[in-house]
Amino acid sequence: MGLGRASVTRRRLGTALLAAVPLAFLLAFFVWPVGSIVATGLFPDGRFDPDPFRRALGGGLPGIAWFTLWQAAASTGLTLLVALPGAYVFARFDFPGKRLLRTLATVPFVLPTVVVGTAFLALIGPGGLLGFRLDGTIWAILAAHVFFNYAVVLRTVGGLWSHLDPRLEEAARMLGAGRWRTFTTVTLPLLRPALAAASSLVFLFTFTSFGVILILGGAGLRTIEVEIYRRTTALFDLPLAAVLALVQMVAVTGVLLAYARYQERRSVEQSLRPAAEVARRPRTAREWGLVMGTLLPTGLLLLGPPAVLVARSLQGEGGWGLEFYRALGEPGRTGARLVDPLQAVGNSTGFATVATLVALAVGLMAASVIAYRRGRAGRWFDALLMLPLGTSAVTIGFGFLVALDAPIDLRASWVLVPLAHALVAMPFVVRTVVPVMRSVRTRLREAAAMLGAPPGRVWREIDLPLVARAAAAGAGFAFAVSLGEFGATAFIARPDTITVPVAIFRFLGQPGGLNFGRAMAMSVILMVVTAAAVALIDRYRPATLGEF
Amino acid sequence: MKRWATLAVVAALAAGCGGGIVTPPVSGASSTTVAGGTVRLLTHDSFLVSDQVLARFTAATGLEVEVLRAGDAGSMVNQAVLTAGNPVADVLFGLDNTFLSRALEADLFLAYESPALVRLIPGLALDPEHRVTPIDFGDVCLNYDKTAFDGTPPPQTLADLADPAYRGMLVVEDPATSSPGLAFVLATIATFGESGDYTWLDYWADLRANDVQVTSGWEEAYYGAFSGGSGEGDRPIVVSYASSPPAEVIYAEEPLTEAPTAVVTEGCFRQIEFAGILRGTPHEAAARALIDFMLSEEFQEDIPLNMFVFPALASADLPPEFIAYTEVPASPLTIDAATIEANRLRWTEEWASVVLP
Repeated sequence: MGLGRASVTRRRLGTALLAAVPLAFLLAFFVWPVGSIVATGLFPDGRFDPDPFRRALGGGLPGIAWFTLWQAAASTGLTLLVALPGAYVFARFDFPGKRLLRTLATVPFVLPTVVVGTAFLALIGPGGLLGFRLDGTIWAILAAHVFFNYAVVLRTVGGLWSHLDPRLEEAARMLGAGRWRTFTTVTLPLLRPALAAASSLVFLFTFTSFGVILILGGAGLRTIEVEIYRRTTALFDLPLAAVLALVQMVAVTGVLLAYARYQERRSVEQSLRPAAEVARRPRTAREWGLVMGTLLPTGLLLLGPPAVLVARSLQGEGGWGLEFYRALGEPGRTGARLVDPLQAVGNSTGFATVATLVALAVGLMAASVIAYRRGRAGRWFDALLMLPLGTSAVTIGFGFLVALDAPIDLRASWVLVPLAHALVAMPFVVRTVVPVMRSVRTRLREAAAMLGAPPGRVWREIDLPLVARAAAAGAGFAFAVSLGEFGATAFIARPDTITVPVAIFRFLGQPGGLNFGRAMAMSVILMVVTAAAVALIDRYRPATLGEF
Repeated sequence: MKRWATLAVVAALAAGCGGGIVTPPVSGASSTTVAGGTVRLLTHDSFLVSDQVLARFTAATGLEVEVLRAGDAGSMVNQAVLTAGNPVADVLFGLDNTFLSRALEADLFLAYESPALVRLIPGLALDPEHRVTPIDFGDVCLNYDKTAFDGTPPPQTLADLADPAYRGMLVVEDPATSSPGLAFVLATIATFGESGDYTWLDYWADLRANDVQVTSGWEEAYYGAFSGGSGEGDRPIVVSYASSPPAEVIYAEEPLTEAPTAVVTEGCFRQIEFAGILRGTPHEAAARALIDFMLSEEFQEDIPLNMFVFPALASADLPPEFIAYTEVPASPLTIDAATIEANRLRWTEEWASVVLP
């Protein structure tokens, strides 16, 4: 079969080419910068210094590592538990306002933690609206993590669930299985790829949690991420920061490799159905009860803190009104404007657009490599792609600074901002697309290849239309991630390109009721811009998937 | 829109074009003979100057100022240390005395003795070699909510806070994660000392017994826990700045005739902000011109309302709110920069072991 071998070779070549671009991107903008900053810490005078490793074993550092790990595991478990019923209801039922709710669920994800922290404190802090205090406890941290990451589970798991053929479950029920048994033996195994994908994302996010820990945990509670920030920026203890960055990356890589292995073993080819065929109106009172009983508490959790922000942005001393919004761009007495709100929105959406396009282009190539190339190389590649999410923003920012001075001096260029965003956004594209790609029937692809289509064409004509919907969901995340990103943006020495999160911080950085109100107003603007962008992307994604 | 469309297409390639504005090297040492180009200023996120002030600098020298921000003050200084000798900018502004020693050890700056130095408030220029130039100063002081001390006296000294009369009233920031938090801890070390019958750690043990609240940052302390002014919490005493009461008036929602908060002028720690010419800059003359300009009346008088700190120039006029609603502490506390650098880690850890269980 000379022809067959040639086609295999061609396919391998195609995979290698597809892998080359994401690899080059990661090497240039992740591996090289992060490697450089870690090397600066570990080889202070060009020689390896084991002392920071010894120091890392003492002091409070093992405790910090343990706290980081268990709060991330607890947050991930709790988020899954809270969000799964929502994912089910969104996948299986049509109800009024569904689209709006799904869009709104994404908003928390992009809000700067300091703003959400303020809103949470208004609910569960001193004199809080809910009547009990949780600030300074682990419960406040867990609640905030669920709030931030709900959308990850809703979108990733709900996305797959909405395509699962309900007839499989109906068949199981018909054969006498109870609801619970049907769920655990039919639905859950089918959902596993998406569940694992969502868990890995939520785990990474909470493992590297920063603002939530600082604001809601009170003083003293530290994750590895917080400690890296403190060692790098306040103490300039680069050696210890390098050790901590390594610990963080090793832990994250371990989780990712385990995930990739699991994912590969467990993914099954499925007959996916168009979402429109799967979802239907609730029919019985019991079904309506289920829908409402899920949506109400979810709505309270997700919409409570944003509602507090909206109320505060509208409520001044002189009563309700748009005073703070009008004051946003007002110059002070010197004529200097703290913030130009329109410019901030323009910059933020501009950066987000570039970051999303880069993340989509590179992410789609990477996803097809991961989906079609199994084995150890594929797993390492997968883990490498996700690693930026599990790496501290300050490590990446400082890495850019020490590494990107040659051949072209990029250190103070605005391009680094969308590139850093793309680095963090790409895993979302990959994670949403890979499960769908894996589920696409191989036969279709093989048939096309048999008929002589070169790998690029197979990818373009078979895979691309099928994964477009998942890619659009990933793009929505990528856009939202970029809009809300503050950490890396702040650490990159950047020209005066103010973004919306930076504007919020500028207002919050000075005392005065007007500044606080303006910070709230700017946060509401960020929520609206995010919701609009996500709604737009949701709307224009391909609506039907006849191929399934 | 068009700009972004172009940007999208060339994102990866544009790297080179976006990399930096090419500045023609300027020769000649005198700042008055600088002819055109761009001077880049590396600073922190709190930097703000009026456009028309910079425009006047450009009109006078032909130099455009490009402002680069690099996170908070600590982050900015450490970025500058990492790029020592091969800087991303020509001038750095915003280095304060808690980070001064680190910057000088890393040999970041070229010495420059600005002619304006003689006109500054005495005591601000800490480096005898003039590698850094003082531009402004601010005092980290206790602020209190006036309404909470209507009938009772507010605290007068740091020692008062250990009095049970002020139990449950104070909120401070964690020195490990907050710059005013560190300044306040330094004030207590300067006041009570490290040895003797009653050390600074004994004082903090008393504060803890008096139910001090600790937040990780200034925003959470001031807006979240403090009850005065724009604060929404229930604690009437907070660690903030001497300029916070004027800020409350200037940024009030409704015009105020009196500040809702006031400053305890004892036990304040002085932070001085410096500028320096980054070693490795090809534009030394332009950098000198910018430093001179930063000490001009024009720039100095623009400082208070934008950055809420006090100008270093003795002759600079203050906005009326800075005169009416606060006062500059007569004898602010300070600790030698090298001592701070040598002990920062140990002090924050000792503090944590006493204050955070």
